[in-house]
Amino acid sequence: MELTLNVWRQKNASDKGQFVTYKATDVTPDMSFLEMLDVVNEDLIAKGEEPIAFDHDCREGICGMCSLVIDGVPHGPDRSTTTCQLHMRRFKNGETITIEPFRASAFPVVRDLVVDRSSFDRIIQAGGYVTVNTGGAPDANLIPVPKVEADQAFDAAACIGCGACVAACKNASASLFTSAKLAHMAHVPQGQAERKRRVTAMVEAMDAEGFGSCTNTYDCEAACPKDISVKYIAEMNRDYRVAVLSSE
Amino acid sequence: MVDVKLDSKIPAGPLESKWDRHRREMKLVNPANKRKFKVLVVGTGLAGASAAATLSELGYEVDAFCFQDSPRRAHSIAAQGGINAAKNYPNDGDSVGRLFYDTIKGGDFRSREANVYRLAQVSNNIIDQCAAQGVPFAREYGGLLTNRSFGGAQVSRTFYARGQTGQQLLLGAYQALEKQVRRGAVRMHARHEMLDLVVKNGKAAGIVTRDLVSGKIERWAGHAVLLCTGGYGNVFFLSTNAMGCNVTAAWKAHKRGAAFANPCYTQIHPTCIPVSGDHQSKLTLMSESLRNDGRCWAPKKAGDKRPPSEIPDEERDYYLERKYPSFGNLAPRDIASRAAKEVCDEGRGVGPGGKGVYLDFSAAIQRLGADVIEQRYGNLFQMYEKITDENPYKVPMRIYPAVHYTMGGLWVDYNLMSTIPGLHVLGEANFSDHGANRLGASALMQGLADGYFVIPYTLGHYLATEKPELVSTDAPEFQAAEADVTGRIDKLFNVKGDRSAFAMHKELGKIVWEKCGMARDRAGLQQALQEIPALREEFWQSVRVPGSNAEFNQSLEYALRTADFLEFAELMCLDALHREESCGGHFRTEYQTDDGEAKRNDADFAYVAGWEYTGDFGKPKLHKEPLEFENVALATRSYK
Repeated sequence: MELTLNVWRQKNASDKGQFVTYKATDVTPDMSFLEMLDVVNEDLIAKGEEPIAFDHDCREGICGMCSLVIDGVPHGPDRSTTTCQLHMRRFKNGETITIEPFRASAFPVVRDLVVDRSSFDRIIQAGGYVTVNTGGAPDANLIPVPKVEADQAFDAAACIGCGACVAACKNASASLFTSAKLAHMAHVPQGQAERKRRVTAMVEAMDAEGFGSCTNTYDCEAACPKDISVKYIAEMNRDYRVAVLSSE
Repeated sequence: MVDVKLDSKIPAGPLESKWDRHRREMKLVNPANKRKFKVLVVGTGLAGASAAATLSELGYEVDAFCFQDSPRRAHSIAAQGGINAAKNYPNDGDSVGRLFYDTIKGGDFRSREANVYRLAQVSNNIIDQCAAQGVPFAREYGGLLTNRSFGGAQVSRTFYARGQTGQQLLLGAYQALEKQVRRGAVRMHARHEMLDLVVKNGKAAGIVTRDLVSGKIERWAGHAVLLCTGGYGNVFFLSTNAMGCNVTAAWKAHKRGAAFANPCYTQIHPTCIPVSGDHQSKLTLMSESLRNDGRCWAPKKAGDKRPPSEIPDEERDYYLERKYPSFGNLAPRDIASRAAKEVCDEGRGVGPGGKGVYLDFSAAIQRLGADVIEQRYGNLFQMYEKITDENPYKVPMRIYPAVHYTMGGLWVDYNLMSTIPGLHVLGEANFSDHGANRLGASALMQGLADGYFVIPYTLGHYLATEKPELVSTDAPEFQAAEADVTGRIDKLFNVKGDRSAFAMHKELGKIVWEKCGMARDRAGLQQALQEIPALREEFWQSVRVPGSNAEFNQSLEYALRTADFLEFAELMCLDALHREESCGGHFRTEYQTDDGEAKRNDADFAYVAGWEYTGDFGKPKLHKEPLEFENVALATRSYK
C-alpha cells in the first residue's frame, strides 16, 4: 500500500506548527498504525530529516500513552481501539490520512504529536484514591463487594487515562475521565468514606486545569478506546450536587 | 571505588522465622528523623510506585522519576493474568510453605530460599492492601474474592481483575503515589530518564537525569537510591515489553560497581501472538490464564496445511497434555515454550513461516458456553482479533513463544541492597526471587512485596546503621558523572553516520534471539560474542542521531538505550556461555536429558553468578554466591 500523510509538525510548545505532507510507501495491512509511522520515520532519518515525534509505549492498548487524532477522530476510525491497536488493513491503498495531536488547552503540545497530559495526574491527586496507608489493612475478605457492584466499578476503572475523551469533546471537557475514577470509587465500599470530598475536589481540579464543561454530546464515549460509559458523568453530577448541598 | 562482595546477609534461624526475627532486629529511624533523609526512586511501576508511596507515608523525603509522561504508564500496567498469594481462600490445600516450594521448584532451584519464603509470607498482605485501596478484584456473587489457577501450581491461588490485573494493581499504587504527591511528600519527575549513578566514598550518592522535554541534564543527591526500572527483555528487540523498557539505569549502576546477577536467565513466554512481518515492533502476550481453558496443539503430520477445522482430533497432537499429563496445558512457561519450539522445529508449526501452534478454546466453549469464556477472557480475545483479524471464538488462536521477563538483574542481598551500599534494587530489576524461571502471576507479587512490605523496613536499617551524608551536587563525583553523560550524548551526535539506532537495535535483537534465545549452545554463543562487539563498534561508526540535545528528541533517547543494550548483550551471552548446565529459562542444548528436558548440574552450578564490571566488556569478573538449600531437597523438576 501507498499512502499520503498530512502530519502536524510543531517544534516545541511555543512554535506555531503546520501540516507537512509525507508519502508512506511499502505499507502492509498487518502493520499497526504506529509501525507504519516507524517506517516513515526510518525513511526520514535516512534522508537526514527529523522524524515525527509521537507518544507510545506498550503498543498493546493498555498503557494509555499513545494518542493521535486520525482523520478527525481520536485514536482513529475503529471503535474501542487505541491507535497502537489500529491496523493498516483498515485503510485503502492511495488514501490520504490526516494526523494531528490531541488538541485541548489543558493538553499543551510538547512536540509534533506529543502533548502534555499531566493535568490528568493532578485531577487524580485531588482525590482519586482511597486514603489508606500501607500496612494495617484488614483481611481482604472482610470487605465483601457484591459482584454486580464490583463489575460496575471495574467497568469504570478500565479507563487508561489516554485523553481521547478530551480530544473528542468540542468543549475539551475531562468529565468522562474524571467521572470514571469517581465511579470506580463510588461503586465499592472502600470508597464511601471520602465520597463527598472526593467528588468536589476532583470536579474543582478539573475546572482549575482549564477543561471545559460537559454539554452531553457523548463524543467522549464514542472515542473512548475502553468503552467508558457516559452514565458515569450523570453519576458524577448527581454526587457533586449531593456533596455541595449537604456540606456544612 | 566499590568493593564487590556477594554477602547475602541472610538472617540466621529457621526459615519460617527469619523475616520476623530480622524485622525485630533491624535498626529503626525515629519518626521525626525520617524527613531528614532523602530517597531517590527511579521507575514508578509496581515496585517503584509502591515504594515511593510507602516510604513517603513513613515520613521520608522522596523524589521519584519515570521516563513516561505519567507514572500510570509504567509497563507493570500490561500484566494480564493475576497475582499469587497463599490465602488459601478456595480451601484447596495452599499455604505459605506450598507457595514457597512451588516458586523454588518453578525457578528450577536457582533462587535463594530465604527471599522466596519471605515473598510467600508477605503475599497475603499485598492482597489485603490492594483490596483496601479499592482494587476491583474478581469476586464471587457473595462478594468474596475469587481465584484461578496458573502454570506451575496445582492450587488456585491467583487473584485477578479480568485480564487487566497489572493495570488495576498499578493504578492502586499510582493513586497511592499521587496522594503523596498532593501532600508534598513526593516530588514526581515524569519524562525524566536516569542516565548515570553517582557513587561517593563507595556509597550511592545520587543520580544524573535528562529532562526528556528540554534536554536539561540534572543532578540529584539522595541518602539512598532505589532502582525500580524493570527488566532488560528489550535487548532482544522483539519482546512483550513496552517500547521504552530498557537496561540503561541498571547498566549504569553496574558500570559504577553493582554486580549483575544471572543475566542469562530470560523468560520466553509460551503464548504470544506470532510475528507477522519484518515491520514488527513488538510482540503481544496472550495471558497464561488462557491455558486454563485453551488446549495447545499442532498437527501430528509435518507440513499439514489444512485449516484447523479440517484436522480431525486423532490427527492433532495435544503435545503438552501428552508430555506432561499431570500439569497438561498448565506446565510452567519455560517448559511450554520449549515444547512449542520443538513442534515447530519438527516442521509441524502453523501459520506464516510455520512459527506457531494452536491454542484452541472450542472444547471449553462447548462445555461452558461462549459467554463464560467471554467473561473470563473477553478483552484478550478482542485484542487477538484486532491484531490478527481472526476470531478466536471461531478459529483457534495461533501462538508462539516470545521474550517476556528477565529473572536476572542487579544482584541484591536479603535487604534488597546491591553491591553498592545505599543502592537498592526492587522488582524485575533485581535478580532475587525467581531463580532461573518465574512462575505466572509472581511478578506482580514480587514487585509489590518489594515496594510495600520489604524496602520500608530494610531501607530504614541502612539509613540508621550507615548514617549516610547527603553529598553536595557540586561534588567532583557529580561533576564527573554529568561530564560522562554529556560526553556520551555529544559523541552520539558526532558520529553523523547513516544508520538509525532502531535498525541497529533490530540487528542486535536478531543475534541474541537466535543465539541466546530459547535454546543456546557453545558454538552459537561464541559466535554471538564475536558479532556483538563488532556491531557495537559499527554502531559508534555509523549511527545517525538527528536533532540536538536541547529539545524533545526521541531519536536520542532511543540511541542512548541502544548503546547500553549493545554493551549489556555481551554480558548476557558470556553468562550463558559460562553456565554449562540447563536450568529454567536457560536451556543449553548440550545439557539435556534423554527425553529433552533441562539437565541441571547442581554440583558445579548451584550458585548465583554475580558479574563485576572491570572496564572491559569482554572480561567481567565472576563472583559466586553459593545457593544453600536447607529446607527443600534439590530434585529434578518434573511436571509429568
